[in-house]
Amino acid sequence: MLSVKHLIDTTSLTADDITQILDTAKSFDPIVNARTIKKVPALRGRTIVNLFLEPSTRTLKSFELAEKRLSADSISMGGSTSSVVKGESLADTIQTIDAMNVDMFVVRARLAGTPQKITENTDAIVINGGDGKHQHPTQAMLDLYTIREHFGHLDGLKVAIVGDLAHSRVCGSLAPALKTMGADVTLVAPPTFQVGDPSWFGCNQTNHLDDVIEDMDVVYMLRVQLERMEGAAIPSRREYNRLYGLSLEREARMKPNAIICHPGPMNRGMEIDAEVADCARSRILNQVNAGVLTRMAEMYLLLGGEE
Amino acid sequence: MAYLIKGAHVVDPQVGLDDIRDVLVDGKEIVEVAESIEAADAEVIEGTGKYLVPGLVDMHVHFRDPGFEYKETIATGSRAAAHGGFTDVATMPNTDPVTDDGAEIRYPSDRARKAGLVHVRPMGALTRGEKGESLAEIGDMVMEGASAFSDDGHGVQSAGMMKTCMAYVSQFDRVVCAHCEVESLSGNGVINSGRAATRLGMFGWPPLAEELEIWRDIELCRSTGCALHICHISTEKGLELVKAAKAEGLPVTCEVTPHHLFLCDEDIDDTYNTNLKMNPPLRKRSDMEALCAGILDGSIDCVVTDHAPHAKHEKDCEWEIAFFGTIGLETSLPLMLTNMVGTGKMSWSRLVEVMAVNPRALLRCKPVKIEAGSQADLTLIDPKREIDVTEDYFQSKSKNSAFLGQHLTGVATDVLMAGKRTLADGVVVA
Repeated sequence: MLSVKHLIDTTSLTADDITQILDTAKSFDPIVNARTIKKVPALRGRTIVNLFLEPSTRTLKSFELAEKRLSADSISMGGSTSSVVKGESLADTIQTIDAMNVDMFVVRARLAGTPQKITENTDAIVINGGDGKHQHPTQAMLDLYTIREHFGHLDGLKVAIVGDLAHSRVCGSLAPALKTMGADVTLVAPPTFQVGDPSWFGCNQTNHLDDVIEDMDVVYMLRVQLERMEGAAIPSRREYNRLYGLSLEREARMKPNAIICHPGPMNRGMEIDAEVADCARSRILNQVNAGVLTRMAEMYLLLGGEE
Repeated sequence: MAYLIKGAHVVDPQVGLDDIRDVLVDGKEIVEVAESIEAADAEVIEGTGKYLVPGLVDMHVHFRDPGFEYKETIATGSRAAAHGGFTDVATMPNTDPVTDDGAEIRYPSDRARKAGLVHVRPMGALTRGEKGESLAEIGDMVMEGASAFSDDGHGVQSAGMMKTCMAYVSQFDRVVCAHCEVESLSGNGVINSGRAATRLGMFGWPPLAEELEIWRDIELCRSTGCALHICHISTEKGLELVKAAKAEGLPVTCEVTPHHLFLCDEDIDDTYNTNLKMNPPLRKRSDMEALCAGILDGSIDCVVTDHAPHAKHEKDCEWEIAFFGTIGLETSLPLMLTNMVGTGKMSWSRLVEVMAVNPRALLRCKPVKIEAGSQADLTLIDPKREIDVTEDYFQSKSKNSAFLGQHLTGVATDVLMAGKRTLADGVVVA
């Protein structure tokens, strides 16, 4: 049993919660990755609505596969196909779906706090699939799973998160989760991309990737959102790549056992060079695989706990 | 109609009064103030255990009328004002159409007279349509009774335009009320920058956006000589700038809201309670403490509510798209009594200065003093009566209060506006 009813943010998860999620995900690994019939009846008859109010491909498909593998009945609604575009309020949308008696909402939203708002309008369980610049807790869990698979543990690891931290829900949920598990987190970004208050995460902060890269066990590169370049937080792709990009030269300076992660989608040649994305240290595809396992674990633990 | 208010503790620093008195009102005026008055014809209002003060003034409210009558009207706003103990309010010009010519000043004045519950002292816009591009008909509005000038809701972004506005207003005996916000710095900010913005994952509205424009407008005050009043000051640094200007002898004043005095960004939790979304935003605890010190030591001149009614559907939504603001008229006095006077931090006479004397002077209204011959704008306060702040408590058309759920001690029970009883034992008359 998790200590929370909903999965809204990683800051309300205990180390025990996170360990339960990762261990449960691990138990799904042989089913999903070794068997021919990749399915268990754990959530048969349960109804899950994937409410994706903002475009998403990988997170939505990861949830959909996880739901199928748990035998849940699920439907997916997008922002463009829902009545939200017709001006319906969030509360009305949720109450309308809720009237059809669903067990769980998986929510992706453009606006921070949307999943929390939804909990006020339904008795169903809510999983946050990413809300605005706030949190993306299921991404954090798959990241932790991937890192733990490689090192066997999380405590004491040195992790650099590099990129557009100010606009990043990935950083917002990953940094606190890593801290909860005893890792040491360093936030690397130009001053115009740094988080407003790094002390809240209890993280180290630097503007210089080259100063820290040799000490890191994990280098986690964030996608630089090209649409956010207007407003001139950075001058150009080229300059960003030169200062903060993970090049082969920088990769060569990493510790022998260190790994590289990225939440995707990547801008090859900007935050990460193409050769580095495909190198032996890269765990980027492992992360994608872990996404299905950990999302299965989260849905199973949150819904199964009610039986 | 004559009223005899018996046995109240009368507080009026303007006449040096802080003692038990009887006060007799006849018609629109106070006719006698004495230790004991007998008047057989007058209706008696029992004042024992209560405080009688000059009628309270809120110089920063939004009545949304014309244009947004679904949020508030002059009539419903007037009811809220009377219920909160006020005899005077200054309405902000950001209606639709914007109050930017003489006819637009007459409208709220006429509607308020019809409602007959509070003196409405409309403010005019500085620029046409509050667009920050060209001068509004400021002289025309002065002649129709505009109390002050403001583009509240926005800062005037162009320094050159603001200089023109202040230079032009300087020919009239009126104050320019400045909403200070450099929009290229506040941007899409919806919450104080720093910890709260980081924690909740939203764009920050930094103190610098406010402070830089306060600094600019103080320099424009120095340059033009126009009296400058800083609206809803929210940061410690901004207050330091005002203090320095005052020390120099510049005609600079400022106001603070109860929500910036008694709430801070730590009060915004993971529930994203949109009634705490303000412009300017709730700031840090240290800012809140500096503002509390400022209202006590005289560096802040008055308390205003920035009463900002919004319909339920405009607040019952995601934080980033919710409207800015809280209603305030009906909780302002109870909050000041509970948190300031009741705790012994603020004297009754200071309360009267910041909620009646100073704002009335800034609106260039005739002083109201508790002495014979003065207009009978009076507020009677029971410092022990308790209220629960619930939606049902409000007379305002909107219920978006940042203070819902609070239990407060001390409230206005009776109000006379120009000798007319508008609040009787806590109930709005008419």
